[in-house]
Amino acid sequence: MAKDILSTPKSFYKEFFRKPDADKTNTHYCPGCGHGVIHKLLAEAIEDFGIADRTIIISPVGCSVFAYYYFDTGNVQVAHGRAPAVATGLKRANPNSIVISYQGDGDLAAIGGNNILQAANRGENITVIFVNNAIYGMTGGQMAPTTLIGQKTTTTPYGRAAANEGYPIRICELLSALSGPVYLARGAITDPATIMKTRLAIRKAIKAQMDYKGFSLVEILSPCPSGWRMTPVEAKKWVKEQMVKIFPLGTFKDETKEREPIAYEKREYTKEEIKQALGLDKEAPHFSHSMDDVKPIWRNPKIKISGFGGQGVLLLGNTLAEAGMEQGYHVSWIPSYGPEMRGGTANCHVQISTSEIASPVVDHPSILVAMNLPSLDRFEDDVVPGGLIIYNTSLVTRAPKRTDIESIPIPATDIADKLGSLKVANMVVLGAIIEKTGIVTEEAAISALNTVVKHKKFIPLNIEAIKSGREYVRNL
Amino acid sequence: MAKQFIKGNEAVVKGAILAGCELYFGYPITPASEIAEGAAKYLPLVGRKFLQGESEVASIQMCYGAAGAGARVMTASSGPGLSLKQEGISYCAGSELPVVIIDVMRGGPGLGNIAPEQGDYNQIVKGGGHGNYKVIVLAPNSAQEMCDLTMLAFELADKYRTPTVVLTDGFIGQMMEPVDFPEPKDISRRKKKDWAVFGDAETKRNLINSIYLDPAELEAWNKHLQEKYRKIEENEVRFEDYKLDDAEIVVSGYGIVSRVLKGTVNLLREKGVKVGMLRPKTLFPFPKKKFAELAEKPDVKFFFVSEMSNGQMVNDVRLSVEFKKPVHFYGRMGGVVPTVNELEREILKLKESEG
Amino acid sequence: MPTKGYMEVDPNHCKGCGLCIEACPEDCIEFSSEINRLGYHPARYKGEGCIGCGFCFYTCPEPNAITVYKKGKEVA
Repeated sequence: MAKDILSTPKSFYKEFFRKPDADKTNTHYCPGCGHGVIHKLLAEAIEDFGIADRTIIISPVGCSVFAYYYFDTGNVQVAHGRAPAVATGLKRANPNSIVISYQGDGDLAAIGGNNILQAANRGENITVIFVNNAIYGMTGGQMAPTTLIGQKTTTTPYGRAAANEGYPIRICELLSALSGPVYLARGAITDPATIMKTRLAIRKAIKAQMDYKGFSLVEILSPCPSGWRMTPVEAKKWVKEQMVKIFPLGTFKDETKEREPIAYEKREYTKEEIKQALGLDKEAPHFSHSMDDVKPIWRNPKIKISGFGGQGVLLLGNTLAEAGMEQGYHVSWIPSYGPEMRGGTANCHVQISTSEIASPVVDHPSILVAMNLPSLDRFEDDVVPGGLIIYNTSLVTRAPKRTDIESIPIPATDIADKLGSLKVANMVVLGAIIEKTGIVTEEAAISALNTVVKHKKFIPLNIEAIKSGREYVRNL
Repeated sequence: MAKQFIKGNEAVVKGAILAGCELYFGYPITPASEIAEGAAKYLPLVGRKFLQGESEVASIQMCYGAAGAGARVMTASSGPGLSLKQEGISYCAGSELPVVIIDVMRGGPGLGNIAPEQGDYNQIVKGGGHGNYKVIVLAPNSAQEMCDLTMLAFELADKYRTPTVVLTDGFIGQMMEPVDFPEPKDISRRKKKDWAVFGDAETKRNLINSIYLDPAELEAWNKHLQEKYRKIEENEVRFEDYKLDDAEIVVSGYGIVSRVLKGTVNLLREKGVKVGMLRPKTLFPFPKKKFAELAEKPDVKFFFVSEMSNGQMVNDVRLSVEFKKPVHFYGRMGGVVPTVNELEREILKLKESEG
Repeated sequence: MPTKGYMEVDPNHCKGCGLCIEACPEDCIEFSSEINRLGYHPARYKGEGCIGCGFCFYTCPEPNAITVYKKGKEVA
């Protein structure tokens, strides 16, 4: 691989055509800035691996916001700190692309702290180049999470104090506590020897991604002569003498050999397979039914079903509506959802109608099912005159006060208990509704159960409960 | 094709898959969680991808990445999550990335509650993030439209390269209704997005970007965006006209309120009151012209807008009507859904006072 | 005749940071007294002593400033 001539890597643009000023061959970086060196190491690796065509480099917010001026690769510019999240999207969309997130310390360790932590923890198959210069360069030299104790910046004008600003964050050490990352290393660019080590680390990190091994990150201690108010040579010295003490160089994790490659499946599914997966490959059953056979007051019923959470009132409503649909009607079902689902009272509104349903809200039910006393107390007055109240006498200790309605008392919970499960009290009531009103047929209800009930082994018991409910009402 | 009795939120997921959604990135929140759960269940079954992001902030940025890489991608949340996503939505608008976002609104402000509300209208329709942008906003009012408008959202997002929001409420999300699902879209025949960065030689020179340092350049970019929004206003207005022909009272609302309003219209019509409903299905672009037209009609006495909010969409109605006719507002908040009879009473009261 | 190594600084791409001068083990790079189009005294090869180690190339932050010919270059 050794080349006889060292010159501009080919994965840099020959001319920086996106750079707005007249100078299209120099970078926008200050003299002695570490970004230039790191760009060069990265560009050289991309060229040597022959991956420029499939590489996407993410330009962050920071001095390297314009990294896309330089790299002749795919380029995506992103919001402050969000590069690992964007990289995740890019990579998951096209797993064969090589995604390199280039980030500074404020971007990665402050505003984007959780994003890097989580991407690393997922073992996201991306490579992160983390440029740590202990300062916010682009915005004029404010404190970064990696600023050293005592270091003066424009927002720590008296020096960073641990008591106020806390301590410099060591990202490599932090991330090495996670199982996700496959390769973590910290390098510097202070002298030829460290530069060559950093060069190798970058290559190792990219190679890990090329081999589908997972998350790799190289942190690079980098001089910011302008931000530090130093000459380039002084700045380099400061990295070596001050930063390295706090941010020791080395490899923090390397599981590139033992880690199994991530497998990707890329196949387009046929329309038939998609329909099957979504359960759209079968037509819903159809049952004939006529509302004309139903007593006028219960035609196109507006139903409210109410009880304790756990009494299956939502499932009862769902089954009724599903059966209504299978009979060819317009139907709607809405739950009262939220905390009520978790132990309090629950209710749902169901409509079955020969015409389009405008409001799915049932304020004045023509059929009220009260599975417990609070439900009867709360909704009795809302029932339309001539309407029907079915109430569960196992739990409801009084009869409805209204005299302008019809009512059916049924010990649904006791009947269910005798059948072997308190849970089917709702289906006992369904049987009562079928027997009394005929708004749905038993056949349609049983068919609906097959769609609605998740555990098919419970269906026979549910059917038995429906039949018991019917029988009870028939014998009233 | 197949008809299913299904929750609005699940209809969104199935519609998205039929429309060719390839990736979903999201974070759980009531009352939108069924969308994430459905996506997690169904996407892997058809070789597509679901990932639960670490936050709303991250999830929308994952969408930014996937959209930038040329994929059809979506996310979903509710108000508190949308507040967080606004950063990413602004970036998507600035970089012209087609992302589909579902907002199943709940009660606010702050943690509010999980009951249905419509208080996100301003933050979505008026552009809740920074900068001069708009997003296309579709407003379904049934489980069927949750499917249909989600599918449409993917088409419009791609057509105009813009984030597109399906703005709905907890009620429509949680409600079950029959949905007729159409055939899956043929993904393989879709044209490759020639502006995206796929990570291949062909698209290497493309750039996904929203930074323009030079003021003149950024102004030109903004003008380009405004021109796009103008085209959207010209071509994509959608609304439902319900019994408007001879209407003397025009009522309007979106989402669940429009269903209640329809019930009210039916009730009042039975009593001989000439009332009709104009329901926007697109909140941006808003059906301004249709409102203006109605305002010009001599028959029309006044407008009545109802929302489950402090009155947000009503301002767009007022701007469209331009004070040519009175515009009245009736709102409920905190998760209270107005009833058919309640709205009927309000309208009759106004009819009385407007003579 | 090719020398052992050879380096070149493109004077118009050098920002005069001096890192190459610092890095050169053979002390064969110096600042020029000329002022370039960017307003810096660019680095320049003293004309002899280069061993082609490439240290100056890797320490240089400007992509287009330094070229190193490890095995020397025909000098006109």
